[in-house]
Amino acid sequence: MSVELNHLLKTAAKGLISRREFVGRAGALGVSAAMAGALLTTAAKAEEPKKGGILRAGMSGGESTNSLDPALAASEVPFTVNLLWGDTLVDVSENGEIVPRIAEEISSNADATEWKFKIRQGVKFHNGATVTPEDVVATLKRHTDEKSQSGALGIVKGIAEMSSDADSVTLKLVAGNADLPFLMADYHLIIQPNGGIDAPDAGIGAGPYKVVANEPGVRHTFEKFADHWDTTLGHADQVEILVINDNTARMAALQAGQVHMINKIDPKIIGLLKGAPGMSVESVAGRGHYVFIMHCDKAPFDNNDMRMALKLAINRQEMVDKILGGLGSVGNDFPINAAYPMFDDSIPQREYDPVKAKEYYDKTGHDGSPIVLQVANGAFPGAIEAAQLFQQSANAAGIPLEIKREPDDGYWSNVWNVAPFCASYWGGRPVQDQMYSTAYLSTADWNDTKFKDAGFDATLIAARAELDGGKRKAMYSELANTLRDTGGLILPMFNDFVAAKRDEVGGWFADPNGEMMNGRALAKCWLNA
Amino acid sequence: MHPVVKLVTQRLALGLILLIAVSALIFFGVAALPGDAAQAMLGQSATPESLANLREKMGLNEPILWRYGHWLLGFATGDLGVSLSNGQDIAKSVGQRLGNTIFLAFWAAVIAVPLAITLGLIAARYNGRWPDKLISGVTLATISLPEFVAGYIVMYVLAVKFHLFPSMSMVFPGMGIFERLNAIILPVIVLVMVVLAHMMRMTRAAILNVMESAYIETAELKGLSPINVIWKHAFPNAIAPVVNVVMLNLAYLVVGVVVVEVVFVYPGMGQFLVDHVTKRDMPVVQACGMIFAAVYIGLNILADVVSILANPRLRHPK
Repeated sequence: MSVELNHLLKTAAKGLISRREFVGRAGALGVSAAMAGALLTTAAKAEEPKKGGILRAGMSGGESTNSLDPALAASEVPFTVNLLWGDTLVDVSENGEIVPRIAEEISSNADATEWKFKIRQGVKFHNGATVTPEDVVATLKRHTDEKSQSGALGIVKGIAEMSSDADSVTLKLVAGNADLPFLMADYHLIIQPNGGIDAPDAGIGAGPYKVVANEPGVRHTFEKFADHWDTTLGHADQVEILVINDNTARMAALQAGQVHMINKIDPKIIGLLKGAPGMSVESVAGRGHYVFIMHCDKAPFDNNDMRMALKLAINRQEMVDKILGGLGSVGNDFPINAAYPMFDDSIPQREYDPVKAKEYYDKTGHDGSPIVLQVANGAFPGAIEAAQLFQQSANAAGIPLEIKREPDDGYWSNVWNVAPFCASYWGGRPVQDQMYSTAYLSTADWNDTKFKDAGFDATLIAARAELDGGKRKAMYSELANTLRDTGGLILPMFNDFVAAKRDEVGGWFADPNGEMMNGRALAKCWLNA
Repeated sequence: MHPVVKLVTQRLALGLILLIAVSALIFFGVAALPGDAAQAMLGQSATPESLANLREKMGLNEPILWRYGHWLLGFATGDLGVSLSNGQDIAKSVGQRLGNTIFLAFWAAVIAVPLAITLGLIAARYNGRWPDKLISGVTLATISLPEFVAGYIVMYVLAVKFHLFPSMSMVFPGMGIFERLNAIILPVIVLVMVVLAHMMRMTRAAILNVMESAYIETAELKGLSPINVIWKHAFPNAIAPVVNVVMLNLAYLVVGVVVVEVVFVYPGMGQFLVDHVTKRDMPVVQACGMIFAAVYIGLNILADVVSILANPRLRHPK
């Protein structure tokens, strides 16, 4: 590596120049942007973390109705808060590998129906107790109870039997699942003393920070937990999350230096941020996607020619440019992208083709009455505008699309999963199986396209227990192609997670698993005073 | 009975009746919405069986009048029930938020009310000359600006550009009084800007109205200075309309500041209500509605009583 590049790396890792500036300058030295990004991640990790100080994040996605019960976490702030005071069995790294946390070793039998998690010795809860295999089993059991209203119910349902011995937990599954460790990284499954049965919202866990003040919808403050087992986490003495739901107020707080990092940057203002001194925009391609969904069992969408016509009548690149401000990537009508392990990148990209769209549309013999698309802005940021772009590109292909605006309030109960053609949003899942099982299996509760294909179901379930990587990848490729060509999903774009941080924050790296470094930014970053 | 006491008692009784009417409106209005609290609570995971269980537990099978009486009685004794979304005691969580809202309203009022009245007196004294035009122009400009725009401008200039004050007004228990005051400077500035014009214009108009009277001419002929005439003779007779508009603005400072609270991330009632409305947390929404109604009615009664007391014809009956 050249001397200049090395110097540049160190400067960037310390946060003295922004990521964007680094990539630009490294480019001048002949380094590709992707390479520069990877180099920077390594350098950021190699840099010696600074200890101490108070690290603050300003975040949207918190309400006064939030609870510390991890089963109920559904928005960004509880997600981040729970990962500060709590810890999961395993975590998923930015490269999609399993990272041991409370479980130190994982093994399974040949058909992936029985999994053994060896529990790390000497991990302490904040109340002084040691984490035992019984605590782990009790935690998983609590999430299987319907009464806990856990967001992870769908995951733990697949476990038939749980048992523990002196140092490990054994899970017997209903059917083989090679992805089980990824499922155990779910943010609801935070290990609590005795499973949190006595006090689910006590905020006592084995995470790197202890809860000091819990004021839902206002702020959450933490102090370092001295006995945390992992010394690579928790650099600041104290961390705080301030709930700032207003976009402008959040931005102003970052600019005024009241917080060090913020989440959810509005794509509309990214252009303005480029010139702002002392901060950088951190965007990472994630698994979340903005979609238009058609019910495959309702006219006129029960005809695959109609579905195909609509899929061909959408201009994906235009949407990425105009709705996401370029911070995203085009979709291909199946819910998987390169952020997933075992993604098949050889599937051809579907392009906007008004001529072919018209051919398919004419084949359906549709009577020419307008096709109604139901949209609310709450479906995803910019949903109305996206629907208008779709309407124009479809009209150009001779397909009469009509937009019906719905109120945000009640959209998810009255329109989504009810109306035959509407806008929606999916947050993505850590692995392909979970994404397909949640929304495309015939029997899934959230099968919001009413896509029912016995062959698809069989392949999905067979892939779950397939331990041979090559065969599994081929099966996932088949699923993707089936959904792309016959499903009810129109997927124009995958959105990036866009955050911003001040230059004094060190240790930031891109993590596609979730926003704000998959919820661990406050524990993994430090302050360069 | 002294006519003042009678009038005041009448007003209080009327206020109480009005409050009960509002409570009925809130309760039956919410009850008339499609779906009940049990359904809202269970959401997507509702099964007929769990719905029936929860309804039984929450007493939703009782007759509606019985539930209304129970709720009203609880309200009168300070028992507001528990929140559906997070199971916390409503009285406790609302109490803290209400305290914050009143704290902000108090300091905005402490600055805005004397300032508005003084400016109104000055404007009346120099009626039609440049101080009057300047004061009216500036205050009308600030009231015409939507609150969030004013908020963002103040935030940009004072917090982001010059780093004079914090851009966020987050307050929390255990914060010292000076820290708190420092935190709320920006929203106080915005609120003062918003309520100033109304009170100022009303003071000016009321005094100018009185200035037409014959006794003011007498006072002028006695050789009193113009400011003395206004202060000693005109203002006491203009109090009633001024108090009315001041109270109206005070009520606004408590119940109408949702936008300002959101812009400055201030943990008051506004944000709290918005969060619970989105979650369909009806007991909390009902409680907030009642509190807002009580504040509004209470301040209006206070305004009435002050106007009655300020009227010499009522104070000294023949």
